[in-house]
Amino acid sequence: MSNNPSPSYGRILSRSFLAAATALLLPTALRAGVTIHFAGDSDVGEGGRWTKVVAEEWAKKTGNTVDYISRPNDASATLQLFQQYWAAKSGDVDVYMIDVIWQGIAAAHAADLKKYVKDDEIKDYFPRIIENNTVKGKLVSLPLYTDAGVLYYRTDLLEKYGYKEPPKTWEELAEMAKKIQDGERQAGKPDFQGFVFEGKASESVTCNAIEWVYSYGGGTIIDPDKKVTINNPKAIKALEAAKSWVGTISPQGVVSYGEEEARNIWQAGNAAFMRNWPYAYALGQDPKSVISGKFAATVLPKGGADGKNAACLGGWQLMVSAYSKNADAAADLARFLCSAEIQKRRAVDLSELPTRPEVYKDPDVLAKNPWFANAVEILNNAIARPSTVTGVDYNQVSTVFFQSVNKVLTGGESSQQAVTDVERVAKRIVR
Amino acid sequence: MIKEIDLYARQKRLAWFLIMPSVIVVLLIIAYPTIQVLVYSLLKYKLDGVTPPSFVGFDNFAFVLSDPDWWSAVSNTLIFTVVSVVLESILGLMIAMVANSKFKGRTLLRVAILVPWAIPTVVSAQVWKWMVNDIYGVVNIVLTDLHILPEKIAWLATPATALPVIIAVDVWKATPFMALLLLAGLQLIPKDLYEAGSIDGATKVRQFWAITLPLVTPTLLVALIFRTLDALRVFDIFYVMVGGQGNMATMAVYNQQQLISFLDAGVGSATSVIILVIIMLFVILYTRFSRTSFE
Repeated sequence: MSNNPSPSYGRILSRSFLAAATALLLPTALRAGVTIHFAGDSDVGEGGRWTKVVAEEWAKKTGNTVDYISRPNDASATLQLFQQYWAAKSGDVDVYMIDVIWQGIAAAHAADLKKYVKDDEIKDYFPRIIENNTVKGKLVSLPLYTDAGVLYYRTDLLEKYGYKEPPKTWEELAEMAKKIQDGERQAGKPDFQGFVFEGKASESVTCNAIEWVYSYGGGTIIDPDKKVTINNPKAIKALEAAKSWVGTISPQGVVSYGEEEARNIWQAGNAAFMRNWPYAYALGQDPKSVISGKFAATVLPKGGADGKNAACLGGWQLMVSAYSKNADAAADLARFLCSAEIQKRRAVDLSELPTRPEVYKDPDVLAKNPWFANAVEILNNAIARPSTVTGVDYNQVSTVFFQSVNKVLTGGESSQQAVTDVERVAKRIVR
Repeated sequence: MIKEIDLYARQKRLAWFLIMPSVIVVLLIIAYPTIQVLVYSLLKYKLDGVTPPSFVGFDNFAFVLSDPDWWSAVSNTLIFTVVSVVLESILGLMIAMVANSKFKGRTLLRVAILVPWAIPTVVSAQVWKWMVNDIYGVVNIVLTDLHILPEKIAWLATPATALPVIIAVDVWKATPFMALLLLAGLQLIPKDLYEAGSIDGATKVRQFWAITLPLVTPTLLVALIFRTLDALRVFDIFYVMVGGQGNMATMAVYNQQQLISFLDAGVGSATSVIILVIIMLFVILYTRFSRTSFE
């Protein structure tokens, strides 16, 4: 070595070989993490972009990679897409964001989260949602955020037209909406609407209509004992009331509106009342919004003086695919996104309802969403769609319901005919 | 004699050998799926990955044929097909005749008429959906500003207005296709026929009925078959513009709903078979008609 200061040819060769080998091995070392394919919220809306960013934070923290897959804006279209993955037993998606009503449909294709989440942690969630997400002893999904239908009303306009508080019944709402609509239209706003809601023939109108029917005491289509209850005079009365709004206090086109179509009109300042989900709160209170500081949210009206307040229970969950090759990492992502810390951020940024009771007591959350103080009560009274009793066939029941209700709203069918049709299909499914 | 037979047999064998690849391809991609659909249509078969399929005979067909939504889908499809294809043929022929005449900027026109056809249907249907939106759609704004409409109309809310709007969008989209096919037909007509016609004193109108129309009829029939079969299978325009509304489905939308939304391969396949039969009826009708008109 000492007599030969310059490296020998053989040494150069072995060194370069080593370098090449290191170069080859290095990526393998970096590849310790795995790629989780996450079908989250549609990234057209704020919720999707937000979820994507938070999922990236998890990836950075754990050294894994997240491949974010956007979903269609429309819930029914999303389910159709997911069902194709599930029917094919595809491992292409590891984590799915699924609706509260899809538990029965998804159960066969979900990993049991009880294997990945400790019992103590499960206890931190609302027991009702965990109960809903548990199918035949299997914890199908973790609650990401919950939803309940709420009534938004313009505080400035109510005051202008001499109303002290939001409507208690649908009848009151119709009367107030008419007065405000007439007044605003005369004041030079020809497109002003009294009340906007979701009348589109999709899951959207199922949620709206079950609230009307329940608020009038007409039940929830199928009761938990598998009895089909929809064909009753109170349900018909509820549908008649809704039908009377179309073209009077609501635009004719409301029958083709989903959540975003309704919110577009509301947020442009062109509606006095809106039925929508909590997400519309943060968007409306954004400083750039023209209605910022001019509205509030409350529980939906009762159907008549002896009716009930109703709010359709919604919400989204995270499910780990039974066909995932990286179920451990996938479950870790789901746990992270549902953690108290992230739920608090979600509540502050997006005004979406947390699924952990503790988050409702957080001062930052309440400062941003004062109405969350009443939210626990709204949630306790929330009504579930009949997805548990219908299981895999829920979509069929919901489809006949939303199509029939939509026909009633467009004047294509009588309310009596609609409830008869729904009853016929529902009876075939739950028998 | 023996040799002749041998030669014939050899040629026959060669013929079989040569068409074998196409036969195999046809069997694989057409016959196999068709037979599978026929088999599925006789099963109770949910694609939920849980319930095993079971044989139910013609129950699925009975279900579809007794479903009022199916019959409203059939009537929507037939109205849509007949009205849109007739309008597209008439407008297409008019545009083709303009594009066939000599004038400045003819190439530009030929390119321009293709634009609606070149846009993917899903995209143009979504654009039209926004344009006919009741509150902020440009159609309502223009029509009310010009006082043609007393107030804004929710075009897509009821079948009475939605179907005409959808037909209009389809006519806007598919007329260029008709025009292009008919233009090819018009270019095949020898120019001297028109010269002879003018010398004999035939007016332009007479020339149209006596020369243009009879000679373009074969092309027109082919174009009609294409468009009719296309229109009978229409899915995208309806799905985008009025998707989900039970009384506004077409046969294909109904089929998609059974198969994809409800994951019911049995009822879905039965629907496919019924659609196949309906389309076959149209094909038979057309081939009968075209044979009698040419022989």
